[in-house]
Amino acid sequence: MAAHRDIKAIGEDMRRFLTEQEEKSTLRFLTCGSVDDGKSTLIGRLLYDTKLIFEDQLASLEADSRKHGTTGEDIDLALLVDGLEAEREQGITIDVAYRFFATPARRFIVADTPGHEQYTRNMATGASTADLAVVLVDARQGVLQQTRRHSFIASLLGIRHIVLAVNKIDLVDFSQTVFDKIIAEYRAFATGLGFETIVEIPMSARFGDNVTARSARTGWYGGPTLLEYLETVIVSAPGADNPLRFPVQYVNRRNSDFRGFSGTLASGSVSVGDTVVVAKSGKAAKVRRIINQGEEANDATSGDAVTLVLDAEVEVSRGNMLVAPDNRPHVADQFMAKIVWFDDHALLPGRSYILRTQSDQSTATITELKYRVDVNTFAHDAAKSLEMNEIGVCNISTQAPVAFDEYSKNRYTGAFVLIDRITNATAGAGMIEFPLRRASNVHLQALDVNKSLRAEIKHQKPVVLWFTGLSGSGKSTIANLLEKKLHVGGRHTTILDGDNVRHGLNRDLGFTEEDRVENIRRVGEVAKLMVEAGLITIVSFISPFRAERRMVREMMEENEFIEVFIDTPFEECVKRDPKGLYARALKGEIKNFTGVDSPYEVPERADIHLQTVGHAPEELADKLEIWLKERGYC
Amino acid sequence: MLAPNSHLRQLEAESIHIFREVAASFSKPVMLYSIGKDSSVMLRLAMKAFYPAKPPFPFLHVDTTWKFREMIEFRDRMARELGFDLLVHINEDGVRDGINPFDHGSNTHTHIMKTVALRQALDKYGFDAAFGGARRDEEKSRAKERIFSFRDSNHGWDPKHQRPEMWNIYNTRVGAGESIRVFPLSNWTELDIWQYIMLEDIPIVPLYFAAKRPVVERDGMLVLRDDDRMKLRDGEQVDERMVRFRTLGCYPLTGAIESDAKTLEAIVSEMLTARTSERQGRLIDRDEAGSMEKKKREGYF
Ligand SMILES: Nc1nc2c(ncn2[C@@H]2O[C@H](COP(=O)(O)OP(=O)(O)O)[C@@H](O)[C@H]2O)c(=O)[nH]1
Repeated sequence: MAAHRDIKAIGEDMRRFLTEQEEKSTLRFLTCGSVDDGKSTLIGRLLYDTKLIFEDQLASLEADSRKHGTTGEDIDLALLVDGLEAEREQGITIDVAYRFFATPARRFIVADTPGHEQYTRNMATGASTADLAVVLVDARQGVLQQTRRHSFIASLLGIRHIVLAVNKIDLVDFSQTVFDKIIAEYRAFATGLGFETIVEIPMSARFGDNVTARSARTGWYGGPTLLEYLETVIVSAPGADNPLRFPVQYVNRRNSDFRGFSGTLASGSVSVGDTVVVAKSGKAAKVRRIINQGEEANDATSGDAVTLVLDAEVEVSRGNMLVAPDNRPHVADQFMAKIVWFDDHALLPGRSYILRTQSDQSTATITELKYRVDVNTFAHDAAKSLEMNEIGVCNISTQAPVAFDEYSKNRYTGAFVLIDRITNATAGAGMIEFPLRRASNVHLQALDVNKSLRAEIKHQKPVVLWFTGLSGSGKSTIANLLEKKLHVGGRHTTILDGDNVRHGLNRDLGFTEEDRVENIRRVGEVAKLMVEAGLITIVSFISPFRAERRMVREMMEENEFIEVFIDTPFEECVKRDPKGLYARALKGEIKNFTGVDSPYEVPERADIHLQTVGHAPEELADKLEIWLKERGYC
Repeated sequence: MLAPNSHLRQLEAESIHIFREVAASFSKPVMLYSIGKDSSVMLRLAMKAFYPAKPPFPFLHVDTTWKFREMIEFRDRMARELGFDLLVHINEDGVRDGINPFDHGSNTHTHIMKTVALRQALDKYGFDAAFGGARRDEEKSRAKERIFSFRDSNHGWDPKHQRPEMWNIYNTRVGAGESIRVFPLSNWTELDIWQYIMLEDIPIVPLYFAAKRPVVERDGMLVLRDDDRMKLRDGEQVDERMVRFRTLGCYPLTGAIESDAKTLEAIVSEMLTARTSERQGRLIDRDEAGSMEKKKREGYF
């Protein structure tokens, strides 16, 4: 490469230019408004006027304008940005598009978001990463429902700076009266949305008035052009001054002597030697080493992608946060949040979703839909569900505690999305208001706690998995593996094991036929109680008699009793003989031993039949887990 | 070292975040390594994201067998020097059928040797996430692509059902057979790429720099005759001309531009005054309107 570095005059100019380029800041903004207000035309205009349109693009634009354009003989600037075929045909923008342009003063990322109501979710997407919103209104129409909705969403997502672009001013004869009327209407509506600044500009995107050049036709307007304003507006991001928030994204284990925590600083800063605290455990450690975007460093600040090495072995995994010891986030499993719903399946209280924050994930249930917000009047309406594009305030309960801040304090640690568990669609987005103490969220009088509610809070269907099979067939091994898997998946389980129960509850029983029946009856009753409690209950009992197994099945409700036959041939069990019992039974030292001198009645129609010979216990446990998942038990 | 708070540092941070998100949430990611300048930047970013460890995923090159020879040399050198795990996949059916850009046209060739080949490779290894170097500034339909772009089990992209992408929270969940294409350079522009290459001293294939090269003028394009599989048509001749490439692909489909730019500085300067967009040199985009979107729905990047 060095060979190419013979820096001549041009080289030096270019270096200077690039250095200036590099020091430029970036402004991320979005454009929104009703369909046909001129968003695409405006962005096309900005790209065109800042000379970002190349000749070949211009040529294809001229061809496109003749084919799809709405501007007669003129070039239709909107076609520059309406990318997808479907929208070119329909003449509308259906998806958020990101555009880039730069001036000598600043670099811009524009999210161009659609106006149709059904695409409100894309507007929210664009707003989530923007610092400023340009809200377009058509001067002939003034403030419309979409204008309100979009301003509200902008505010909801934490945008604090608004430009009200009163577009198509050419079509109202550049009238100041019309302009003044619209801005009065907008201001009346927007107070209460928490915007720090609102700047109104009369413009014509199509003809360029007040977009990049001041218009002679709006002599009464003394403010900046849109571009002037965008180049100079100061938007403050949650920065280095805020307390340290470091969501751990990835644990980097290069080898046994390197363990680093990777992630992006959501706020604050950190230096080598600082004490940090693990949000969920409260354990403290000192920062020993910082790798900041690939290089060794002494410190790092908000926005940096780093890897931290700590001086102590503390338990930290993805989803946890390293934070300032004197200013910690909330750690809770219940909170109140504002939700924007995206999915065509409505949000329903009681349904469970996957909640995902920047790096954490948990299953979650909407425990209460407090109200829906009417975006026109901001009234709070009672609601039983949230349909697509609706906004509401909910109480949410997560299965495991989550570390977070209020969204108003930190956009990155206070946000989450909800994912549909079946389709994996991103079903909604949420902004956390505040944590709830458990007590404040439990409405005792309203709840008649029963089996299904107990199960719902655990996000599972309670069931008895009844493992039957010879001694040594592998019941306990598979049962334990299965329970581990279910447990890792966040399921609530328990195991009733023959040997253990005989040592406690059933220690008065022997091995006669009557005692065996009583043994099973008692275990059946206990399993039933466990199911009442909402648990996935694995019973691991030889249970040799069909009649007793049927008796237990009949104690349960439909689909609550799953008979699992652990099928291992007698000879194989004798060979395995893990506890040496067969040896003793065969010598006659143990009486009434199943398979030896007491019968085992093979299940006639087991729900699941597992042959253990030739299959690893893991494989069989996997199979069971999948079986349960497919049938919605977990 | 990049200036603190500069936009390149922000872009770098965003890309690193994306790399790590994939490494943490997918079981079998892969990076699609196309050897071009964008891939070179991605490679550097991936190295930084996991430093001091190596990127925890392999790099896959889908070789159409028509890439410039210098690209292949460069690829092998990078793999050797940086020690990443390189996989090369060629559509052997296409080779057997003698598919080539001259006889079958750019569409068929690209479809079989690139789109189909990529699908074959993804299916063969069972990758559930694949990094690509596409940028949103490249082309209209890409401006609407998500950073984490969902593909169904046929590798298809449905532009009307993209998952909303909020903040920097990415939905990484996929069902069996489904996958995600991930674009860590989504928010970079061509200028950003060049600036970064310059400031970070990133090696790139020498074809980007002007040099005297044997080219043939064909269908309004300057084609570098990289080997004698390219037969000359009547009236065609090979000229030594001072040319370079703005983008690299299959040599018969990638037009050279006449240029004296032998340094990065000169390239950037030329780019800033250029009057044609980067993709113009690529034959595939011009075939029909909206052609890129069609290709993407079929699984081309
Ligand atoms: N007269 C006039 N027409 C405009 C102006 N801005 C946009 N238009 C026209 O309004 C129509 C809709 O514009 P478009 O940009 O597609 O709107 P979008 O749906 O908000 O993206 C097109 O026919 C434009 O040419 C303007 O300032 N003045």
